[in-house]
Amino acid sequence: MKKSVFLGALTVAGLAAGAGFAGTLDDVKARGTLNCGVTTGLTGFAVPDANGVWGGFDVGICRAVAAAVLGDPMAVEFVTTTGSTRFTALASGEIDLLARNTTWTFSRDVDLKFTFVGVNYYDGQGFMVPRDLGVSSAKDLDGATVCIQTGTTTELNLADYFRTNNISYEPVPIETNAEAQQQYLAGACDVYTTDASGLAATRATFEAPGDHVLLPEIISKEPLGPLVRHGDDEWSDIARWTLNALITAEELGVTSANIAELSAGTNNPEINRLLGTEDELGAKIGLDADWAMNAIMAGGNYGELFEKNIGENTPIGLARGLNAMWTEGGLIYSPPFR
Amino acid sequence: MTMLDDPRMSTPNVAPKKGFKLSQLIYDTRYRSITIQVIAMILVLMGLYWLVNNTIQNLSALGKDFDFGFMTQPAGYDINQRLIEYTSQSSHGKAAMVGILNTVLVAFLGCLLATFLGVIAGVLRLSKNWVVSQLMAVYVEGFRNVPLLLWIIAIFALMTESMPQPREFKAGGDASMAVFDSVAVTNRGVYVPGIVFENGFLGSAVMNWVLLGAILIASLVLIRIVRRRADVVQEATGVRPTTWYQQLALLVIPVGIVMFLMGAQFQYPYIKGFNFTDGIHLRNSLIALWLALSLYTGAFIAEIVRAGILAISKGQSEAAAALGLRPNRTMNLVILPQAMRVIIPPLISQYLNLTKNSSLAIAVGYMDVRSTLGGITVNQTGRELEGMLLMAAFYLIVSLLISGVMNIYNNRTQLQER
Repeated sequence: MKKSVFLGALTVAGLAAGAGFAGTLDDVKARGTLNCGVTTGLTGFAVPDANGVWGGFDVGICRAVAAAVLGDPMAVEFVTTTGSTRFTALASGEIDLLARNTTWTFSRDVDLKFTFVGVNYYDGQGFMVPRDLGVSSAKDLDGATVCIQTGTTTELNLADYFRTNNISYEPVPIETNAEAQQQYLAGACDVYTTDASGLAATRATFEAPGDHVLLPEIISKEPLGPLVRHGDDEWSDIARWTLNALITAEELGVTSANIAELSAGTNNPEINRLLGTEDELGAKIGLDADWAMNAIMAGGNYGELFEKNIGENTPIGLARGLNAMWTEGGLIYSPPFR
Repeated sequence: MTMLDDPRMSTPNVAPKKGFKLSQLIYDTRYRSITIQVIAMILVLMGLYWLVNNTIQNLSALGKDFDFGFMTQPAGYDINQRLIEYTSQSSHGKAAMVGILNTVLVAFLGCLLATFLGVIAGVLRLSKNWVVSQLMAVYVEGFRNVPLLLWIIAIFALMTESMPQPREFKAGGDASMAVFDSVAVTNRGVYVPGIVFENGFLGSAVMNWVLLGAILIASLVLIRIVRRRADVVQEATGVRPTTWYQQLALLVIPVGIVMFLMGAQFQYPYIKGFNFTDGIHLRNSLIALWLALSLYTGAFIAEIVRAGILAISKGQSEAAAALGLRPNRTMNLVILPQAMRVIIPPLISQYLNLTKNSSLAIAVGYMDVRSTLGGITVNQTGRELEGMLLMAAFYLIVSLLISGVMNIYNNRTQLQER
């Protein structure tokens, strides 16, 4: 008798395990925390502070989604991933959202079965070399030893770039940014290549950042954005529109400073819809009415997140460039909240 | 009424006339083991079914299929250490092959060096010289009790941080090459002179080396025949003919002639641009992995060798001494051949360990099969399941091959009982 109960339980477990990843939103709500995949540490994008609290531009996305879904920006479980472990972590359900300067490509979207919910940083691959190497162009790098994070698009771009320019190089594959930094500073490689934003962030942590130059060539398009698994549209909508809420907030001038005042109601219907005082966007997406307000309050709007973590007044000092609002000549653009 | 209550059962001579009862499956010792085996079999099969079914359902939930077609797609990435021709346009299958050869290379080199170190350390640890035996104890305990990964990273970091950069070898730099300007020790690895063939018989360099290897093996077979003949003469007359010059000639002359005909030349590394060119580049990752694997496994082998030697009764060495054999001959001719019978079985598992531990290569970016097939390929194609299965199959096959070969050797060294 007991045996048949056991066997029955086994069968049920087998069926349940096959049920898949449909209800990510329900899982997150039931768990009470959002499992968010981030880098193992990249200054400005995702790095824990002295108290172990994660902060940064990518972390800001995690916190915004957690605030939108759970009402608490701190309800995030950060899971560190390397370039080669991130996709397995997301596909296996270990994390609900991957916000780890990941390039949106055809094969990752279509073949690896992920859904990119937008672009939070338009980037391109660059090269960093020590100034005293006397190199002024990537085309002078024939025969150089190049440190490269393995499992990234940069690895493939690099192979293509050197092949099309008919020059040779010696790749040194590396798992994390910290390792790459150590190898590069020790001179075990002449060049470090990754996304230009990552190079700037890495250089900012050097003792003498001025001794290193970024070469003028940007050899690829690297639209970086958060991503979720294929097949759960409800969840991907939440992640997509949380990012869009941050962008729209900047466009409409909603900041973490004036949001409390604006949430009382304004005469701009789009702000009202965004902040939940008009229409019922929250109910339609399966969240509370103040979901977008919570997301914006978590770390500010898109522009605030940018300036606070990686902007020109930080040691990383990245200009908005392509990442300016579309109204200011950049590419950052959100579909309307309607 | 159960069988035990049946009065006829108390007399063993009387066979039970009743028909088969279901409870006999559990209470009758004739059937019980079969019952247990059948139940265990069913459980195992159900477990397997659950695993496979779970995998299929989850794959379909993710919208993925199970397909090895990616192995023929272009890999798109470059590999620094390759023993066969490979470019970023080669297939993922070729990239896996490059990785497999790199794994085999480091495992082979590691097994050789580990055996060498282990035998020496094991013998020396039994030395009557206190300093020597204590030094060996420190080596064994030091390497055996610290995780292998730490040794790999420590050696790698030491090489990277403390050796000079290649550009310091340029005119006016601080560093200079060792051994008559032929070897450069840099923080990117060690550059040693290589041998190139000006006019090789076969198309590729690899095939020329294979040819040389074949000739070398033929020479070794001939040397064995010469030794056998010497054995026969020694058995018959008691005097062993001097054959060392024949052996040396057989070893050197055929290979030498072929190399001369192919126009073998030393090719010295020299600095050009960012790096040294020509010669053979032993990368830091290879050196760190190789040394760490060898030193670590060597410590275990040392203990195995020591155990093997201690297993030989003292009477053997006393008898050898009584015959007038010197200590080193006693060790080589009497003790070690017998100790081998004890040493080889555990040695096999050390070789297997070393081979499997070589997958720690990922820590220092050595491009073994774990880094190419199991790392970059899996990551770029999203074929985790397929990649991991292929890798498991590879390690399984290699391990079975190693233990197969070693078991043949083991059977030959075992005591021949008549």
